[in-house]
Amino acid sequence: MIRREGTPQREGSPWTGLWAVVVKEMADHLSSPRMRVLEGLILLTAIGTVYLAIQNIRQTIGEDPFLFLRLFTTATEPLNYSFVAFMGFLIPLTAIALGFDAINGEYNRRTLSRVLAQPIYRDALLLGKFLGALFTLTITLAGLWLLVTGLGIYRLGVIPSGEEVARSLLFLLATVAYAAIWLALAMMFSVRFRQPATSAMAAMAVWLFFAVFWDIIVRIVAGIVRPVQYGFGEEQLAQAQLQLALSRLSPNTLYAEMILAFLNPQVRALGPVLLTQLEGAILGTPLPLSQSLLLVWPQLTGLTAAVLILFAATYVNFQRQEVRA
Amino acid sequence: MSTPAPVIETQGLTKRYGAFTAVDDLTLRIHAGEVFGLLGPNGSGKTTTILMLLGLTEPTSGTARVLGEDPARNPLAVKRRVGYLPDSVGFYDELTAVENLAYTARLNGLRGREADQRIDDVLDRMGLADVAHKPVGTFSRGMKQRLGLAEILLKQPQVAILDEPTAGLDPHAAHEFLDLIRGLRADGLTVLLSSHLLHQVQAVCDRVGLFNKGKMVLEGTVEDLARRVLGGAYRISVEVTGDDNLEAALAGLPGVVRVRRERPGLYTLDTQADMRGEVARRIATTRANLLGITITQPSLDEVYEKYFRVSAA
Repeated sequence: MIRREGTPQREGSPWTGLWAVVVKEMADHLSSPRMRVLEGLILLTAIGTVYLAIQNIRQTIGEDPFLFLRLFTTATEPLNYSFVAFMGFLIPLTAIALGFDAINGEYNRRTLSRVLAQPIYRDALLLGKFLGALFTLTITLAGLWLLVTGLGIYRLGVIPSGEEVARSLLFLLATVAYAAIWLALAMMFSVRFRQPATSAMAAMAVWLFFAVFWDIIVRIVAGIVRPVQYGFGEEQLAQAQLQLALSRLSPNTLYAEMILAFLNPQVRALGPVLLTQLEGAILGTPLPLSQSLLLVWPQLTGLTAAVLILFAATYVNFQRQEVRA
Repeated sequence: MSTPAPVIETQGLTKRYGAFTAVDDLTLRIHAGEVFGLLGPNGSGKTTTILMLLGLTEPTSGTARVLGEDPARNPLAVKRRVGYLPDSVGFYDELTAVENLAYTARLNGLRGREADQRIDDVLDRMGLADVAHKPVGTFSRGMKQRLGLAEILLKQPQVAILDEPTAGLDPHAAHEFLDLIRGLRADGLTVLLSSHLLHQVQAVCDRVGLFNKGKMVLEGTVEDLARRVLGGAYRISVEVTGDDNLEAALAGLPGVVRVRRERPGLYTLDTQADMRGEVARRIATTRANLLGITITQPSLDEVYEKYFRVSAA
């Protein structure tokens, strides 16, 4: 093994004490008023949207092989938003709320040096905090998923099929991955900024940027770089493809595409489709689960990769920081 | 027989932040069972030194050994056997004292009944048994400081490192806390404490090192330093009536470094030994009446003051 002079290798496992941190963080989050408020909010919107969806489904749709998945995606008066649309809004908020003061909160309470003086590495503290918050989110989301499913069985009187369960579980997985990216972002800012308010604002600003402005920017950029000058099909296709590629830099787009593929089995492509590509296809027929999964596999791995990159950046930043407040 | 290896040993330990040198070529040896005081003003490099000893910050150059381990290379082994009370320690305010210590216990790999038992024991010893189940947010500064000491004892360490343990405490709480530190020494712990409140720690330290601008400028026992810096290690106050012109007579005694007339009838002598007997006999040879004679050790504050006045000049 080659070792540079003057940079000693650490001894002992970096994961010592990891589970102690995870358990502590989960206990903190699950009992914190902050999380209770958010859980209440999520619960209310979930019950509201799903209840309205059930009424709508009972009235309008008689024969649908994927009746259960409609619970998540049906938007009706007076809310006009489906369950998934609300989740796309509330989950970043919850994830940011769990992560924005992860490290700077320890500095400000002057607990960081005391905790790091225990026989653990910083690795365990950072990863433990990330996993603790992620497990908290997973528990909340899984509880929500069970609630929606139960409500559906109770009110619709229909047992979900195996494929519906599998598809809604994949939707749950995609939601956790989507939550993870906002959590990782919030934690990165919690290392970067000493004031929790600053890091919360920074994380919210990024979220707002992608939720509101990114689409507009993408449209403008695509219009400039690939203009439709003569109205040719090639021009329009090129613009649409660039627009899609750019919008996929946003985690919101990736999440929306995953929801689309998992919860709407009829969806067979996520970009512009040429007529020649549809040759032999029977329109309106559902894709098998494996094909839907294949369709959004790049989105799922892309989102996971983004989480890892953000976490790695946070890790490097945290390792270089001085312990003293 | 060779002397046992020092518990804490540094060799040319240096820490630079850019152009600023926080700790400059520190060589230090602390032996088992000693209470060593790192003394100096704020920003003189005490905390940085401590963080390097715990492996919480890496030295720019030089080496440190704590209990035979290199903190930069094997910090876990060091931190397992060394307890640390940071400067103005913080706890999780919404958790109780017991819950806070339970987290520390788990981080140290202690769990179950043994952990519970140890937590009860240390809280009891620090006089916090009554408030064990109260949120730490309600604790006073002194109580938090004692909880910090309880946390150190929880892991049954061989070395305790205390950073500014009496800062921010009222005189009564500070006095109590110093008693607790004496208790640690009685348990056989090696204690390293840092402070800028020289007079408070003077009473508990076996040896002190004076820090200034990242360098340890003086090291030794308090008497030692007083002798070296002030010239005399003892200060004798003499109160007389009658003949009030004793300066020459007292200064003539061998071993007297300096004589000062504070006010009519009161003299202060800096001496190299406890010379109360000689002084009394000398006064008896004059026409003055001796009313009182007391001895005080010069305080570290004076040593510090004098040293830096001299070195600044």
